[in-house]
Amino acid sequence: MTTSQNAQESITIIKPSVGWQVSDFKELKEYQDLFFFLVWRDIKVIYAQTIFGFAWAIFNPLVQIVVFTVIFGNIAKLSTDGIPYILFSTLGVIPWTYMSQAMTGASQSLVSGKSMLGKIYFPRLIFPLSTLFSKLLDFVISMGIVVCVLLYFRVSPTWNLAYLPLFFIMMVLIPAGVGLWFSSLALRFRDVRFIMQFLMQMLMYSAPIVYSASSIPDVYRVIYSLNPIVGVIEGYRACLLGLPIQWIYIWPGMIIAVIIFISGAIYFKRTEYLMVDVI
Amino acid sequence: MKSNNVAIRVENVSKCYRIGLKEEIHDSLGKSFISFLKSPLRNYKKYRSLYRFDDAVSSTDSNKDFENPSDVFWALKNLAFELKQGEVLGIIGKNGAGKSTILKILSKITRPTFGQVEIHGRNSSLLEVGTGFHPELTGRENVYLNGTVLGMKKKEIERKFDAIVDFSGVEKFLDTPVKRYSSGMTVRLAFAVAAHLEPEILIIDEVLAVGDAEFQAKCLGKMSSVAKEGRTVLFVSHNMGAIAELCSRVIWLEGGRLKQDGFPSDVVMQYLSSSEEKVGCWSMKPDKVLPNHLAWLRKARILSSHGNTETTVFRFNERPKVEIEYEVKDKVRELGVYFWIRDSFGNVILISNDNDGSPHSEGLRGPGIYHSVCELPANTLKPGRYFVGVGITGRPQGDVQDEHRDVMNFSISDVGYPFKRRAGVISPYLDWKVTRHEEQEVAGGSSRLGGYSLLS
Repeated sequence: MTTSQNAQESITIIKPSVGWQVSDFKELKEYQDLFFFLVWRDIKVIYAQTIFGFAWAIFNPLVQIVVFTVIFGNIAKLSTDGIPYILFSTLGVIPWTYMSQAMTGASQSLVSGKSMLGKIYFPRLIFPLSTLFSKLLDFVISMGIVVCVLLYFRVSPTWNLAYLPLFFIMMVLIPAGVGLWFSSLALRFRDVRFIMQFLMQMLMYSAPIVYSASSIPDVYRVIYSLNPIVGVIEGYRACLLGLPIQWIYIWPGMIIAVIIFISGAIYFKRTEYLMVDVI
Repeated sequence: MKSNNVAIRVENVSKCYRIGLKEEIHDSLGKSFISFLKSPLRNYKKYRSLYRFDDAVSSTDSNKDFENPSDVFWALKNLAFELKQGEVLGIIGKNGAGKSTILKILSKITRPTFGQVEIHGRNSSLLEVGTGFHPELTGRENVYLNGTVLGMKKKEIERKFDAIVDFSGVEKFLDTPVKRYSSGMTVRLAFAVAAHLEPEILIIDEVLAVGDAEFQAKCLGKMSSVAKEGRTVLFVSHNMGAIAELCSRVIWLEGGRLKQDGFPSDVVMQYLSSSEEKVGCWSMKPDKVLPNHLAWLRKARILSSHGNTETTVFRFNERPKVEIEYEVKDKVRELGVYFWIRDSFGNVILISNDNDGSPHSEGLRGPGIYHSVCELPANTLKPGRYFVGVGITGRPQGDVQDEHRDVMNFSISDVGYPFKRRAGVISPYLDWKVTRHEEQEVAGGSSRLGGYSLLS
């Protein structure tokens, strides 16, 4: 191998197993164009041959917000710490919609792309990652609802907005970690698809989307906030409404999100080599 | 680049797969209920076993016993070969011989269970035409998507875009979603993208078996130009003509092992004669012999032109021989043995009788055992499969007449066949005489022959 005169020559060694290692970033960079086109394909295809097109990205969360406002705000009259219910639920539903769609989509990304997996090589990581990014477009569009609601209630921006990128990253990191774990698992055990359905239900009711986190007794608040989704939603509300950010209830979730993501990446890489054989 | 540099080195590669495990069948409701309760654990073990081979492959040494547990299938067994830069290697073998598996390993899609592969240079693989094509996207968008899937950069595709569109011939439909394309158009567009890959090493599975004859010719042309550019190509195909024409070397896989490695025409001929149910000999079953016949057929064989070995695959320029053995018990008038050849469409190509030259050879053959051998002309039968029937005739007919249809078959391989896709039942070399009558001015003198349109 050392005898090659051509310094540019690349040598690929294909061996039975790779063992434990983190992702090959150099290789991922090689495939950035493919990543770009896959994201773009997902975006183009999702609303193909629909009448309303991207308006669906608004309708979906909008209907949910209205239903929640009527049922939980007006009928059940859940406490929201004095925030108008529609404002309260909008800031919960919009990030949650992204996270649930991204988690479900990323988990199924390898299974739904399995015909491609068996025919060509590319870093498999591209599949779940491209799903995360393509779902972001819906999120950006539906942020229009957030802006409208904020304007309607004349909420003025505060310096808290500076923390918004942090919660945005956290919002992407959670489905990334879950997607990495479950996309690889889903190839082997198709049970994942059914698990995702009730997992989403459970996650939604375990996070402060329709109710306020302050209604959780203080003794359990830290344990409660181990759920990273709690941190994201509390964070969005605090940033956009200018409320004090209760970091004590956000750190635990952040650490958990990072752990899920890193372990997911390692697990994904570890199982990458056997994906095609178990399709 | 030096021609003796190694491009691909395959070292003792083995690959095993788990094949379907049997489902249990229960004869009572109780048993099936218990089995239903136990099924999660059983299913977990079953699906887990798809990627765990601890039970099957405990030893990692190279002298593995490939015969252990019955649900493990070894697609490749200690396969080893080397490929030098610029070589065009053809891989042949029956279905299930491991051809696709080795290509999948070489293209990094799957990993070997044992052994390793070294690839020197940038490689692209083409195991399927149009991987990643999405029906909702337009032709233009799919060119970009498919190009990047195959490993091209966006800039590279932009640069080659016009050439790709030109090659595909679907300019008019570039902005139409591919779902509205005919399947032929989709394939043409997909192949056009693939044809513009420029890797150092190209790995191709049976992808030329798509499209119409004209398009296939275009693909083969592209393939041979790639091969001539000095790139390393690995090529799996069932089209023996293409293999023999394009490759500089052929390996033949059988049951996951290397069976033969050598010059294309040699390996292809060996492979062809081993495959299919070719029958090069026939003999009369004793109970079928009619006792009152005065003469009867005993055996027939198809022989190679040189020597008297039984052969069933011939090159276009070889002369197959048909040998018929028969016994004459008493004098028969106008005795003759004959054979006839049909092609695979059922057309009778020819009939030949050994008394054709002298029909009234009355009394010429006394009692005894005879051999009649006929040499078929070379350069006449088109590549394909032929069926041979044999018969015997004489007078009075009732005492002799007997014939056996399609008892043997042989094939003419397309290795070295010069007239690809020329129409006609046979394609003989005929004698032509070209004379110049008188000098004429060039303008009016060229005669156009109508028959040319039938030539390739």
